Amino acid sequence: MQTLPVTVTVNGDEHTAEVEPRLLLVHFIRENLGLTGTHIGCDTTSCGACAILYDGKPIKSCTMFAVQANGHDLQTVEGLANGPTLHPIQDGFFQEHGLQCGFCTPGMMMVASALLEQNPAPTDLEIREAISGNLCRCTGYVNIVRSIQHAASAMRAEESVAAD
Amino acid sequence: MIPGQFSYHAPATLPQAIALLGEHGYDAKILSGGQSLIPLMRFRLAQPAHLVDINRIDGLAYVREEDGALRIGALAREADLDAEPLVHERYPLLADAIAVIADPLVRNLATVCGNVAHADPANDHPAVMLAYRAEVVAEGPSGRRVIPIDDFFVDTFVTALEPNEVLVELRIPAPKPGSGGAYQKLERKVGDYAIAGVAAQIVVGADGLISEAGVALTNVGPMPIRASEAEESLTGRHPNEKTFADAARLASDAADPVTDLRGPADYKRAVTRTLTARALQRAAERALS
Ligand SMILES: Cc1cc2nc3c(=O)[nH]c(=O)nc-3n(C[C@H](O)[C@H](O)[C@H](O)COP(=O)(O)OP(=O)(O)OC[C@H]3O[C@@H](n4cnc5c(N)ncnc54)[C@H](O)[C@@H]3O)c2cc1C
Ligand code: FES
Ligand code: FES
Repeated sequence: MQTLPVTVTVNGDEHTAEVEPRLLLVHFIRENLGLTGTHIGCDTTSCGACAILYDGKPIKSCTMFAVQANGHDLQTVEGLANGPTLHPIQDGFFQEHGLQCGFCTPGMMMVASALLEQNPAPTDLEIREAISGNLCRCTGYVNIVRSIQHAASAMRAEESVAAD
Repeated sequence: MIPGQFSYHAPATLPQAIALLGEHGYDAKILSGGQSLIPLMRFRLAQPAHLVDINRIDGLAYVREEDGALRIGALAREADLDAEPLVHERYPLLADAIAVIADPLVRNLATVCGNVAHADPANDHPAVMLAYRAEVVAEGPSGRRVIPIDDFFVDTFVTALEPNEVLVELRIPAPKPGSGGAYQKLERKVGDYAIAGVAAQIVVGADGLISEAGVALTNVGPMPIRASEAEESLTGRHPNEKTFADAARLASDAADPVTDLRGPADYKRAVTRTLTARALQRAAERALS
C-alpha cells in the first residue's frame, strides 16, 4: 500500500502526516488532525457541510484527496474564534439565531468568511448565491442571511474604527 | 464513502504526465478538478489503479484571447473564467453556462476542460462548445493535435482522446461583429444537472439576416446534441419570433431524451423547445446590442 507525506498549514499551524492517497481531505482534517468542526453531511458533494478555505477559497473538502492539498493553506472553522472571543461571523449566527441543529453552520461560516473578505457589503442576493452550495435542513436560510449581514456590518464597523 | 486504493502521481510537467499515462494505459485516469471523478470514485463507479494529478503542472491555468480564439487552459477553473471580464463581455454564452454549473464551491475547483473531457451528456460545456464550434487541443507523446468539437464526443463518457493524451486547451473562435449567444438551462434546484439545456450562438450580418447559427442541447440524449436542422433553418432569415419558433420546433425534434427522475421524455422535449426559443431570443438581443 502506497503512503505519501502530506504537509499542510491549517489555521496558521503546519502539520505533516503520512497518508494513503485515497484518504479524503475531510477525513484527514477530522481524523488525523482531530479538527471535527468540519462536518460530513453527504456522500455526493451536495451539502457543503465540509466546506473549508483552500488557499482562501471555499471548497468541499470531501471532494479532494489529502495528498492534493500537500503544500497548501487550509482554514477551518476552528480558526475563526480568537481565544474565547467569537469571530463577528460566529457572533452574527448567535445574535440572529442563524442555526438550529448547527450541522451546516461550520460550512456556512467558512463560505461567509470568504465572501466578506471579497465583498464587505454584500446584498442578500449575493449572500444567497454564495451559500447556494450549502444545504441547511433546519432554518430555511432567512436567519442565515441575516446572520451574515449582521457579521458584515460588525466587520465594517471594526474596519472604520481601525481606520480612524 | 471511501474510494478504492490507487497509486497517486503528481507530475511536474506535461511530458511526465503523458509518459505516466502511456505507462499505465486504461488503468490510469487524469485528475484535474476532481469534481466528477472523485464523486464517481466514492461510489466505486470508477476504480482507477493510478491517478495522474495534473494540478502541479505550471502554465495550464490560463484564459486569454490570442490569434482569433479564446484559449482556455486545462487548469482554468470555472471560477477563474467567471472572474475574467473578457468572458462576460465577449463570450456571454460561456458566461451564462458557468453561472448555472454546480455551485460556487464546486466551481472553485472544477475545470472547463475537465467538464468537456468527461463527456457526460448532463454536463453543460459540451453543448456550449458545440454551439461555438470550438476546437479541442490534445497533447500526447508525439505532440499536439487539434480536434474539431464535432469529432470529439464519441459516446456517453467517451471522447476521441487516446488514453495517453491530455486535453490541454479549448479554443473558442473570437466573436465576429454581430455575434450573440446565450445559454438556457432548467434545473430542479441550484447545483443540479439540467432537465434540459440549450446553447445558442448566432451572427447577424450587416443585411440584418442571420448568417451563422450554432444550436446544441444538454442532457436530452446519450450525448450532447447538435441541432443541425434548427441551425440550417436559422441561416438567411430575420432574427424574429417566427424564425425562432421554427428553429425551436426542429431543436426539440433533435432531442432524444429518456424518462427519469428529472421528468418524462415528452416534458423534456417541450422544455427543449421553450428553452431554444428563449436562448435564440436572448442571443439575438445580444447580437443586436
Ligand atoms: C454537486 C455537483 C454538481 C454539478 N453540477 C454540474 C452541472 O450542473 N453542470 C455541469 O456541467 N457539471 C456539473 N458538475 C460537474 C463538474 O462541473 C465537474 O467538475 C466536471 O464535470 C469535471 O471537471 P473536473 O475538472 O472536476 O474533472 P475531473 O473530475 O478531475 O475529471 C473528470 C474526467 O475527465 C478526465 N479529465 C479531466 N481533465 C482532463 C484533461 N485535461 N484531459 C483529459 N482528460 C481529463 C478525468 O480523467 C475524468 O475521467 C457538478 C459536480 C458536482 C460535484
Ligand atoms: S460532505 Fe456533503 S458536500 Fe462534502
Ligand atoms: S441548522 Fe440544521 S442543517 Fe442548518
